Amino acid sequence: MKKLLANKVDAYYGDNHVLKDINLEIKENSVTAFIGPSGCGKSTFLRMFNRMNDYIDGFRKEGQIIIDGKEIYKKKVKVEELRQNVGMVFQKPNPFPKSIYENVVYGLKIQGIKDKKVLAEVVEKSLIQAALWEEVKDSLNKSALSLSGGQQQRLCIARTLAVEPSVILMDEPASALDPISTSKIEELIDSLKENYTIVIVTHNMQQAARISDKTAFFYMGELIEYDNTKDLFTHPKNERTENYITGRFG
Amino acid sequence: MRKTKEKIIEALLSFSGLITILTTIGIIWVLASESFSFFREVSLIDFLTDTEWTPLFTQKHYGILPLLSGTFLVTMIAVMVAMPIGLSIAIYLSDYAHRKFRDTVKPMLEVLAAVPTVVYGFFALTVVTPFLQNIIPGLGSFNALSAGIVMGIMIIPMVSSLSEDALRALPKSLREASFGMGATRFQTAFKVAVPAASSGIVVSIILAFARAIGETMIVAIAAGQQPILTMDPRDAVETITAYIVQVSLGDVQHGSLEYKTIFAAGITLFVFTFILNNISFWVKKRYQEKYE
Amino acid sequence: MSKIKSNRLKDNAFKYFGIFCTFIGLVMLAIFIGNILIEGLGRIDYDFLTNLPSRKAAKAGILTAWTGTAWILGLTAIIAIPLGVAAGVYLEEYGKKNRLASIVEINIANLAGVPSIIYGLLGLEIFVRILNFGGSLLAGAFTLALLILPIIIVATREALKAVPDSLRQASYGMGATKWQTIQYQILPAASGGILTGIILALSRAIGETAPLIVIGALAYVPFVAKTPMDEFTVLPMQIFNWVSRPQHEFVINAAAGIIILLLITFILNGIAVYLRNKWQKKVNW
Repeated sequence: MKKLLANKVDAYYGDNHVLKDINLEIKENSVTAFIGPSGCGKSTFLRMFNRMNDYIDGFRKEGQIIIDGKEIYKKKVKVEELRQNVGMVFQKPNPFPKSIYENVVYGLKIQGIKDKKVLAEVVEKSLIQAALWEEVKDSLNKSALSLSGGQQQRLCIARTLAVEPSVILMDEPASALDPISTSKIEELIDSLKENYTIVIVTHNMQQAARISDKTAFFYMGELIEYDNTKDLFTHPKNERTENYITGRFG
Repeated sequence: MRKTKEKIIEALLSFSGLITILTTIGIIWVLASESFSFFREVSLIDFLTDTEWTPLFTQKHYGILPLLSGTFLVTMIAVMVAMPIGLSIAIYLSDYAHRKFRDTVKPMLEVLAAVPTVVYGFFALTVVTPFLQNIIPGLGSFNALSAGIVMGIMIIPMVSSLSEDALRALPKSLREASFGMGATRFQTAFKVAVPAASSGIVVSIILAFARAIGETMIVAIAAGQQPILTMDPRDAVETITAYIVQVSLGDVQHGSLEYKTIFAAGITLFVFTFILNNISFWVKKRYQEKYE
Repeated sequence: MSKIKSNRLKDNAFKYFGIFCTFIGLVMLAIFIGNILIEGLGRIDYDFLTNLPSRKAAKAGILTAWTGTAWILGLTAIIAIPLGVAAGVYLEEYGKKNRLASIVEINIANLAGVPSIIYGLLGLEIFVRILNFGGSLLAGAFTLALLILPIIIVATREALKAVPDSLRQASYGMGATKWQTIQYQILPAASGGILTGIILALSRAIGETAPLIVIGALAYVPFVAKTPMDEFTVLPMQIFNWVSRPQHEFVINAAAGIIILLLITFILNGIAVYLRNKWQKKVNW
């Protein structure tokens, strides 16, 4: 089942042409990795799936992004609704300076859900899914900033899960974390795959190889190669892909 | 030779730094010594509890409360004007406006703070008071309301500028997290940004208070010279600063008790602004520690 | 899903409220300046600028007031600039770590928050009485100089902070002493920022009224000051005096005086903003 579709997508920051004619299809309940050197446009592309570029001055796009058969840049699409369906986890853990509990329920509260029982259930469920529950269940009222970096990132994932999105975008979610926390996040991604469609931007090629089903390689704003991860890493079809994954540039 | 010259220059420079300390010592010494001789003639209890302030009349009373109530009445009105407007500006500029708009508007707002206060006094007396008299029948030509409103306009940039700095100092990732959950700019601003920047915002409001308490010319021109214990904004009131101006304009003999009253009033004012300023330093310091 | 609609409504409502708030203060100021121009502009002529004060509104002029303001501006600058810049240099370049510097730093922050009228009380006791300057220009200038010192010091420090360390190291590397480095490299590099701060501080000083009232500046001075020991009045004092009178003719005089005062204030601020922009562009190291 195809979940996400990019159709002839071009993007610009002012005069900078940052994405060039991208066409790509992503299947439901899979993990897709975007790799490529810094500035190749992979993060910009990722952020187009929940329109996080909307507030950037000078951002412009052409082409279509389609999720579940609907074009998301259409005028009548409510961007708030879109983002509840397409959650995002950022490079650096960014919990709100509030309690753990308040962080998880934030997305529900802004939708106007106030029922304490519902909220408490969601908190527990999301934290369990994010593999954080055992560590924080007795200290839900503690400040989220008191958690370690890895815990904070899992909290951010729990916060995203709480609003029950169907897609989760991850922008280098482990790049600021230590190896142990990184492996926890990777395990988590693997377990979330059953219920969510996950797209992850990563700098780390081993990580892409470990966790993703398909991998897309971007270079200078172009999608150079998109294939099953195993094939892309073992038999790259394009020379530039080969150069990149063998470490000749990057 | 070269070394001595360097030493002399360093000594000269450090002396200039020392001047600022001497200024503080001077202020405290002047206020304290004149007040001390004031309090040898007037008991501190009377000063703090008497509800009349009539040092210039034959029937003399030395209760600071009417001056304090006048000061706080005008200050409250000013802050009630400046806080909602200043904060809304700060939030609008940091969370809604385009960068170009912000860069143009901010220096324009600073103009409000650059206008001499005597000009604001004129504004209060000749424009705002007549306007208010149309709305509030029986309003006198001197009243706390007009002075307070105009003072509020004057301190808007103080609140907006400092609050906006605090809001913009927040890491970008915080707002992105909120937008990423489907929050609007309004929700992001009020549920995430404002609470996260609350200490900086509190600092801006405290400093606005301190500024309003010490403001002189607007109240001297537009609020009146009646030291009455009142909380009715329609009344004419006298603030601490306006009283000092009133005495300074008259012929008061140096060394007389009347002369000393302005220092007693002055030290009261100084204590309040000193406390407010130091609370703001303290809040600021804690805030910095949190984010570094 | 109506929740999203109502959220959006609030979001938009606040946008317009924010724009409204941003402009309300400026609109008020504009109304007010317009009002003053209507009232006062017709009153400004050559006689108004060159007449002595008078009990008759129609004959009264601001000669003593603007000359007094010019005197105060000059004297305050002479006193405050060297002290303020020197203190700023000391704090930024010499005393970064020592105890005195940290005390001075807290102290300056505190001084910046002291109401101007308190400086008046300080000036009254120290300059008017103990040093026996009387209610003279000199007493006024010293008082205002102390008042604006914190502003100049802070501006100097900010400007020095913006000078990159590489410039200092380059100079030291050539064998220059600390003072030579400051004198020939750092101060020239920071001069734009320092000048901006000085002009803003002086513009603040000429708008001040309260401290000068307290030290005994007079509203009615029938002669132009010739020496720093003369009694004086300044524009804001003259305006204050006219505003406090019941007759409408004097209010018109006050409006005319305000036009001149605002003109000076805005010109000084304009120069400062211009210098700041120019300097910021230049300092893209």
